[in-house]
Amino acid sequence: MSLPFLLEIGTEEIPDWMITSALEDLREKFVALGIPHETARVDATPRRLVLRATGVPERQADSVERVQGPPKSAPPQAVEGFARKQGAAPTELAVETTPKGEYYVFHKKAAGRATKDILAAALPGMVLGIYFPKTMYWTGKGGPRFIRPIRWLVALLGGEVVPFEIGGVRSGSVSSGHRRLGAAEVPVTCADYERKLRENCVILSADERRQRIVDGLAGAKVDAVLLDTLVYLTEYPTAIEGGFDPAFLELPAEVLVTVMRHHQRYFSVEDADGKLLPRFFAVMNIGADPEGFVRRGNERVLRARFTDARFFWDSDQKKKLAERRKDLAAVTFQAKLGSYRDKARRMKALVKELGGKAAAVRAADLCKCDLTTELVKEFPELQGVVGGLYARAQGERADVWQAIYDHYKPVSMEDSIPRNAVGRIVALADKLDTLRGCFRVGLVPTGSRDPFALRRAAQGVVKILVEGGMALPLAGFLEGDAELTAFFQERVKFYFKDVRGFQYDEVNAAMAAGWSNLADLAARLERIRNLRQSPDFEPLAASFKRIRNILEQAKYEGGAGLSELLLEEEPEKELYREYRSILGQPIESVISRLRPKVDLFFDRVLVNAPLEEVRRNRLQLLYELRREFSKVADFSEIVTTS
Amino acid sequence: MQSFQDIVFKLKQYWAERGCIIQEPYDVEVGAGTMCPETFLRVLGPDPYRVAYVQPSRRPADGRYGDNPNRLFKHSQFQVILKPSPDDIVEQYLGSLEAIGIDLRAHDIKFEEDNWEAPTLGAWGIGWQVMLDGLEISQFTYFQQCGGIDLDAVPAELTYGLERLTAFLQVCDSVYDIEWAPGFSYGDVRYREELQYSVYNFEMADIKTLWKLFDLHEGEATRLLAAYDPKSPEKKGFPLLPTYDHVLKCSNLFNTLDARGAISVTERVGVIQRVRKMAVGVAQAWSDQSRVEPVAEVAE
Repeated sequence: MSLPFLLEIGTEEIPDWMITSALEDLREKFVALGIPHETARVDATPRRLVLRATGVPERQADSVERVQGPPKSAPPQAVEGFARKQGAAPTELAVETTPKGEYYVFHKKAAGRATKDILAAALPGMVLGIYFPKTMYWTGKGGPRFIRPIRWLVALLGGEVVPFEIGGVRSGSVSSGHRRLGAAEVPVTCADYERKLRENCVILSADERRQRIVDGLAGAKVDAVLLDTLVYLTEYPTAIEGGFDPAFLELPAEVLVTVMRHHQRYFSVEDADGKLLPRFFAVMNIGADPEGFVRRGNERVLRARFTDARFFWDSDQKKKLAERRKDLAAVTFQAKLGSYRDKARRMKALVKELGGKAAAVRAADLCKCDLTTELVKEFPELQGVVGGLYARAQGERADVWQAIYDHYKPVSMEDSIPRNAVGRIVALADKLDTLRGCFRVGLVPTGSRDPFALRRAAQGVVKILVEGGMALPLAGFLEGDAELTAFFQERVKFYFKDVRGFQYDEVNAAMAAGWSNLADLAARLERIRNLRQSPDFEPLAASFKRIRNILEQAKYEGGAGLSELLLEEEPEKELYREYRSILGQPIESVISRLRPKVDLFFDRVLVNAPLEEVRRNRLQLLYELRREFSKVADFSEIVTTS
Repeated sequence: MQSFQDIVFKLKQYWAERGCIIQEPYDVEVGAGTMCPETFLRVLGPDPYRVAYVQPSRRPADGRYGDNPNRLFKHSQFQVILKPSPDDIVEQYLGSLEAIGIDLRAHDIKFEEDNWEAPTLGAWGIGWQVMLDGLEISQFTYFQQCGGIDLDAVPAELTYGLERLTAFLQVCDSVYDIEWAPGFSYGDVRYREELQYSVYNFEMADIKTLWKLFDLHEGEATRLLAAYDPKSPEKKGFPLLPTYDHVLKCSNLFNTLDARGAISVTERVGVIQRVRKMAVGVAQAWSDQSRVEPVAEVAE
């Protein structure tokens, strides 16, 4: 008989950002139990992780195990002993012929275990095995660990409870509703579970909660990350609209939006032109706010927050950014790398090396000064942005304040690079200085540990150089640090492969021809991608691989110039003439002419000529051919299908 | 309307009914209710304990000369320790909010992840900040470690920001306008204190003197800790509580020096380490002293 299975792990409020990955893990762990089922779905609210399966058999299939005993020639005592050990009479044994001769065997029949028993034994370990980034214990030292205390467990296979216990909580058939709008105890069955929860103001489906929120956000900008947070922070979400004094709109929109989105988890509202309006949406974990208590409460909190921000904004203006430079000496960048004042000095020098002019030097000089402002102490996520806004208010040139504003960009692969050239140079100097310094003092990322976000910094450098079309020799700024160079090489590969979608062999081929100038590398990769469309490309790449192997086997690394007089056979001369005629032309325009000559050469000519002079000359021809066409990429790195 | 003190009375009553000892504030200055011996030392070891008290908590750097409607040098925390934490602890906490007149069916309560950590105490826990209509009103923590020691029983610590909670209930935009008792505002009672301590902490505290005091208290605490002998038959009487008072003095002096701008970022870590070392030393000695049976030393 096939049954439905319901598991609900009832907990105290789980951090929203951990829930989706925990659910995926729960599903995988269930599947790994190997219990047959038709479907298995997972759902969650902050207070429950739920797995529901259908088509679970009541019992596992019966099985027969073949146990081999002594050989037929064994003394009767040994045969009896074997039978006794298997709990059988000697007459129940059979004799079978095996490759090694005739042996006694026993066919041990095992009735399939009840699925309920298997689940009862497996569920405690499965539940406690769900991965969370940080766990706690709550029943005392040595007790079970989970993300938050487990307070109830529902485990039903069909109509029966699957009995087990975790930390003193026994599984049963009683769930729990919304903390205040539902009943504390809600008896459920597999069939009515979701409906019973709904009657107790718990919406189990995350999609439905998301839709409920979105439906209430008339006109607001729907921030997907914030939306996800709220979906997993509520069991019964309802959006309400509030407003604030338009006088606060004098403050920069960046500050207002940060307060609303990051600190208060509100959606901000803009007009059709993208201008911030004095309104917001909050999402409650209850159904309605008929008296307006919740709206007014949130409005007051927001007013206090905005008043603080305005106070900081005004008091920060009393001391200009330029006057704060010396205060940076008291802000540690990293114990071994000195203060932010030291960093700013290094950045100024680096900006000049990168070709920056007065504006870039000015921006580098001021860009870290906002770390000493009250507003950044209050809203650390606005560092850079606040500096840029203050620089603008204090009359710095547009390119300078924009450079300060943007100099942490890009903060992710999705983020844009700084909007102007000055900003790009300052951003590069900031990141390169951090990378060089950290590698110099041994703070190198290992595995998943990267406390200084060096991968992100290097990725940012790559993105700026490529997308800013900056033809700078990256290798020249890595202080000859082999470890840092290898680190960057990985980041460059990652960028072109995973972010830009080039094939790995294209990336290897292009990088083998040099990768210090990333703008150039990007251009060459585009060319390879286009070349790949040509029917001549793969055969030619295969030939280049052959050339590489021949040269490697001969250990030939170039020698005396090519001698036309030593060319003997016609295909060889043809290839030489073709090579001379296309020298210096882009490979795109010659590929179709070159390929037949190369093919012919390999068809007809034996490189290993008996005469040493002739052999060397042929190797030299291949060597020069390869060198000439490897400026775009080392085509022998291309993986060919033929 | 409920006054500030009405709310204190109701919370004390509520938690007394749930088996808590109602304590008075500790009489040495602290930065948070957690630092009082009633929390810091009592959470150690397996013995059950339940206590609640109001603790004036001093954060010199948060002073605003009495100008800012939301920030205070000294605020009042209502602190509850339940050790071990009962299974229905969250329900009990929500009940306490209802006891002071908040209808939770008409207000929005959310538990948002916020793990607490006090590096100077070698203490940390797992928990939430509790949001009421978007306002953070409580910190809710399951202690995991204190004084660097894994805790035997897991205590729940609930702290209520009394000024915020009262301002919320009285619908006041400024903490100074809340009614402390009929006829007396919070400002009447506390404004001069906020102003004068801000002036002292930010402008007039003598840095040299504060460092000297820090060194004196540190010296006394360290001397006492060195004298504690776990094998002594008289160890029950050893003055660990007075030792801990000196640690608290150091912590408050550190906070004052920090507000005064006398501690560079580089120095900071070192000073925190010094305080932590003393706090951890007291916690370990206290655990040892509290054991009923002397435990035989296990050979490595």
